[in-house]
Amino acid sequence: MENLILQALNGLASASTLFLVASGLTVIFGVSRIVNFAHGSFYMLGAYLAFSFVTHLPRGHLGFWGGVLGAALAVGAIGVVVEVLLLRRIYRAPELFQLLTTFGVVLIVQDLALLIWGPQDLLGPRAPGLRGSTEVLGLRFPLYELFLIGVGPVVLGLLWLLFHRTRWGTLVRAATQDREMVGALGVNQRMLFTSVFFLGSVLAGLGGALQLPRESVNLHMDLSIIAEVFVVVVVGGLGSLSGAALAALLIAELHAFGILIFPRITLVLAFLVMAVVLVIRPHGLLGRPQEAARGTGLAEPVIRAAPLALKWLGLAALIAAILLPPFAGDYALTVLTDMAVFILFAASLHFIMGPGGMASFGHAAYFGLGAYGAALAVKWLAAPMGLGLALAPLAAGLGGLVFGWFCVRLSGVYSAMLTLAFAQITWSIAFQWVELTGGDNGILGVWPAPWAAGKLTYYYLTLALCLGATLILRRIIHAPFGYALRAQRDSPLRAEAIGMDGFRIRWAGFALAACMAGIAGGLFAYAKGSVFPTYLDIPRSVDALLMVLLGGVQTLSGPIAGAIAFTGLQEQLSRMTDLWRLVLGIVIVLLVLFFPQGLAGAARSAWEARDARPDA
Amino acid sequence: MTGLMIGRRQLMAGVGASALAAPWIARAQGNVIRIGEINSYTAQPAFLLPYRNAWILAQEQVNAAGGINGRKIETIFRDDGGRPEDAVRMAGELLNAEKVALLAGGFLSNVGLALADFARQNKRLYVASEPLTDALVWSHGNRYTFRLRASTYMQSAMLVEEAAKLPVKRWATVAPNYEYGQSAVRSFKELLKKARPDVEFVAEQFPALGRIDAGATVQALAAANPEAIFNVTFAADLTNFVRQGSTRGLFERRKVVSLLTGEPEYLEPLGDEAPEGWIVTGYPWSQINTPEHTAFREAYQRRWNAHPFLGSIVGYSTVQAIVAMLKKAGKVETEPMVEAMSGLQFQTPFGQVEFRAIDHQSTMGAFVGRTVLKDGKGTMTDWRYADGRNYIPPDDVVRQLRPQA
Repeated sequence: MENLILQALNGLASASTLFLVASGLTVIFGVSRIVNFAHGSFYMLGAYLAFSFVTHLPRGHLGFWGGVLGAALAVGAIGVVVEVLLLRRIYRAPELFQLLTTFGVVLIVQDLALLIWGPQDLLGPRAPGLRGSTEVLGLRFPLYELFLIGVGPVVLGLLWLLFHRTRWGTLVRAATQDREMVGALGVNQRMLFTSVFFLGSVLAGLGGALQLPRESVNLHMDLSIIAEVFVVVVVGGLGSLSGAALAALLIAELHAFGILIFPRITLVLAFLVMAVVLVIRPHGLLGRPQEAARGTGLAEPVIRAAPLALKWLGLAALIAAILLPPFAGDYALTVLTDMAVFILFAASLHFIMGPGGMASFGHAAYFGLGAYGAALAVKWLAAPMGLGLALAPLAAGLGGLVFGWFCVRLSGVYSAMLTLAFAQITWSIAFQWVELTGGDNGILGVWPAPWAAGKLTYYYLTLALCLGATLILRRIIHAPFGYALRAQRDSPLRAEAIGMDGFRIRWAGFALAACMAGIAGGLFAYAKGSVFPTYLDIPRSVDALLMVLLGGVQTLSGPIAGAIAFTGLQEQLSRMTDLWRLVLGIVIVLLVLFFPQGLAGAARSAWEARDARPDA
Repeated sequence: MTGLMIGRRQLMAGVGASALAAPWIARAQGNVIRIGEINSYTAQPAFLLPYRNAWILAQEQVNAAGGINGRKIETIFRDDGGRPEDAVRMAGELLNAEKVALLAGGFLSNVGLALADFARQNKRLYVASEPLTDALVWSHGNRYTFRLRASTYMQSAMLVEEAAKLPVKRWATVAPNYEYGQSAVRSFKELLKKARPDVEFVAEQFPALGRIDAGATVQALAAANPEAIFNVTFAADLTNFVRQGSTRGLFERRKVVSLLTGEPEYLEPLGDEAPEGWIVTGYPWSQINTPEHTAFREAYQRRWNAHPFLGSIVGYSTVQAIVAMLKKAGKVETEPMVEAMSGLQFQTPFGQVEFRAIDHQSTMGAFVGRTVLKDGKGTMTDWRYADGRNYIPPDDVVRQLRPQA
């Protein structure tokens, strides 16, 4: 019994940390609608800065607590710099586009932290006055954990006062509900956004700084917390502080008790909770349906047939892709094969994101299901390559049908996070079911059949299948089904009114995209010769998202341009410099600033501007 | 730390320049032997930067001494970012575009396995330096893959020898939830049960790698009230586990047996909170005074202005193995090189080591000892060198474990 109570206390201490970081994220999202990937980086910076401050300031209460607060404020300042220099310029960009920038910031911070603080884990000093432990029910419990348990509610209380007892707080709440109306009433939105970003970053920094007496400061802190915090925010309901508190409590306590009953479940527990909560409550525990943002952007541009010049350009690229490779080396062929695979992968995600209007943070699930479908067939049935490649889209499509049935009922970020939850659940199955999938050691020996073993043959096979599938997707967008898909995106009510079943259309679109991603995954498996859980892990989903956003969501050639640009950049940079993350991050940030509609979107604007000039 | 960072910057300049200048070098000096090295540098810098420093040092020493029969060696480093699929792509790049003679490297087990399977498929030599998984030489072992570091099984076996002597019966285990942690726990349990049929395992914890919920994990272990704990966590997980464990008194009156914890990579970040009296495998770098280790340590400190880590030993020894192999083979074609690797005897800072012909595992061992605090820092005491060859199953068992070769 004592043990159970202590385990509950452990859960409370973790909940406090989770809540601190999540509260910052949810406040930022509520007002600015930015999915801030860099929030985990702010958390990590908070910890590193606190380490530097505390170890350089004189020892004692003032040095320690001063250092912690100083670190939180410094992170707030960094947040303001990011907001003013980067995010402010692209508030009007399409939804989720800011995500690209914040991901660039993540990459930059990772390398800067390595350069400044070095590769070794750092262990900060313990908090003065809270070093030891006390007896709780005859068992020892660290004082600092008790202190942390107190911090959560205190911060929640202070935030509540701030939001309910000050004019600024009232404005923030108003902006969370309807930011256009707040703007129309003459409130300076810029100041509001910047100050909210400051507050959110301070909270992330504080969360990180308070870990100093508890955990080592290391370079993996950013990514290890960000997914979990997103889960907390979404489970609680986007923009809801009390929701975040409730969700942090729920997840941390389930974690603490899960460890007692089934330790291995901790790998995926948070995502399981999220999946269950979102299926039952589509807007999180305490969230409200999101008000549609009004007036921020025009209706999505109508998709027209490609202009003649673009058709010629595409044809020229295709001819080059067919005629040149025989003269290229083996390695160039490998890269081209990868590119073809990623073009299809990006195009399949674009299909649901652009025309479908549904974001997905877990598209790697279908890529991975395809790869595993092929690899499992090889491992357990000794299937020939043809069968393996046929099973890939089947496995992925089935996954898409099942997961899609839940995901397409939701909207916006909730739907995207549910796809992430399913992707992580799939990942954990691949990771933990060692007997079937080989666990993280993966499945080896998935090599192409002898006739396709040559790099050139395999490249042509990949090119044919990927390009064929991409063109089919393009064709579908122009077909009646594509029109229906776009209709339910642009105006669900009107689409329903003329007898279209939005749910079924989205569901079919989702499954189709999953199928296509499966083809890409199957081809990728045979190209690499092995399959690993990394194929369905979060970074792979993020890659797909980056490709689509980089290329431009609202153009059909966007994913193609994005996939080529992203794979090309990453491949070149990682060969050229150790600091490839830093350079890639900077490139992404610059691209976002200069091409807020994505590469293909910018090209189209330039093209249309050129066309329009004679009329003007 | 500063020394290390300066080293890193110089190194990056060097690597960048060599990557850009590479085609010229290849054309200008056709007789350079190139080695392709792939590792998770951005994902695991704490282990791998000292590793690469030592690699560079070894290479400089070999070249200064006239190279291999007059031919210099050159290494092209690649970062796989911890993704096996990227490692495989880079392996192709190194072989086809950079024309390397052989592949080396690997930190994570799955990257090692992916590279090994790539080597098998393409019939090229791969010298795995660090990946610990048993599968690399046994269930997935192949003709073209050789592994330097003592495997999970071997290191577990070293610890079981000590654990069996302890007067305790109730054991608990804590290990990161991935292949390395799972197989370490499996080997430890099997071997300990064999040595001491009277022991029982009363609890096991598998926290997610890098995301341990240390307080709750410690509490759950304490609730099972074991007499001894077998720990496999390392790096940040270890630090958090130790901090929560010592504050809550988990380690008091309990024996702890711990894999890798004696390695400076993981012991040093703990500072004066390093636990005392744990039985660990590791590397007491300051206390090993054999001639070959002293020479290595002094050369490393001169070159990088920092003390060597275990990663440094692994990097240095890998180059020594490759050099010995090249000298023995006399050619830089795959088949003669593979022949030369089998049964190869070579010098390392840990002494003479052999690549076993039967399973391509090297006999490099590890140091087993107890942790102790000295001058506010953790280090090892009462240590001995456990020679790897004593901790590998008998040949007939190995043949069963490696049926395909």
